[in-house]
Amino acid sequence: MKSQVRDQNDVRIIQLSGKITIGSGDVKIRELISTALDEGKGKVLLNLSGVSAIDSSGIGEMVACYTTVTKRGGQLKLLKLSPKINDILQVTQLITVFDVFDEEAEAIASFK
Amino acid sequence: MTGSESLDAYLILASRFENIEVAERALLDLIAEASGSSDDEYWLVTALREALANAIRHGNRQDPARQVRVDFQLHEKTLRIRVEDEGLGFNPADVPDPTDPENLLRPSGRGIFYMRQFMDQVDFETTPAGGTAVTMVRRLQHIARSAEDEESSA
Repeated sequence: MKSQVRDQNDVRIIQLSGKITIGSGDVKIRELISTALDEGKGKVLLNLSGVSAIDSSGIGEMVACYTTVTKRGGQLKLLKLSPKINDILQVTQLITVFDVFDEEAEAIASFK
Repeated sequence: MTGSESLDAYLILASRFENIEVAERALLDLIAEASGSSDDEYWLVTALREALANAIRHGNRQDPARQVRVDFQLHEKTLRIRVEDEGLGFNPADVPDPTDPENLLRPSGRGIFYMRQFMDQVDFETTPAGGTAVTMVRRLQHIARSAEDEESSA
């Protein structure tokens, strides 16, 4: 998995690409979120447009990150799900947990 | 190949997560041989990866000395995958429903749910040695790739 990080206003935007799977991408997400929180960036937007596959470990890590960010008073939201990842979030009912956006500007504006 | 032909293959892997990629490559080759669709490809690979992750992490406790055996059987457009570990076995009924509201924010416990969602049939059994074998079956949805498939996989 690869990542690109940038900040817009006070939102940390993390663009992920490749596979978020056991033993690689799942750990990387945790590190990226931990770094964001350490740098005082509690508003996190994960752009998943380049993610080709995500397994249950990757989903589990996203859930763990959501919990961590929320407990620290921040917000974690998702941007640009592929149809397959959208299907996965639907069947796992995690679509009810995450705020999901198609447009970056709309996502950034949604942070309080 | 035509729909009436059969193809069997197996892999024996050391319990390392990186070996999941090896099995995925073999499965992709098999699906291509059977002219499976991009949907078949995606969900079969997803289910296989979950079964292998469970076998390596929970079954064999990531001990590379313990093996995972993967059997692929393609027959009449139906693909059967069996993944067997050398662990101590488990009861899948003990795994809580990850879609239960009280479990939604649990970071683990979705692997078997994934498999059941994406395959037509999933059965667990205890091997004679006491490990776990999971057999997953999916009937390939499309015999020939449509133009849309080709476009989406390009």
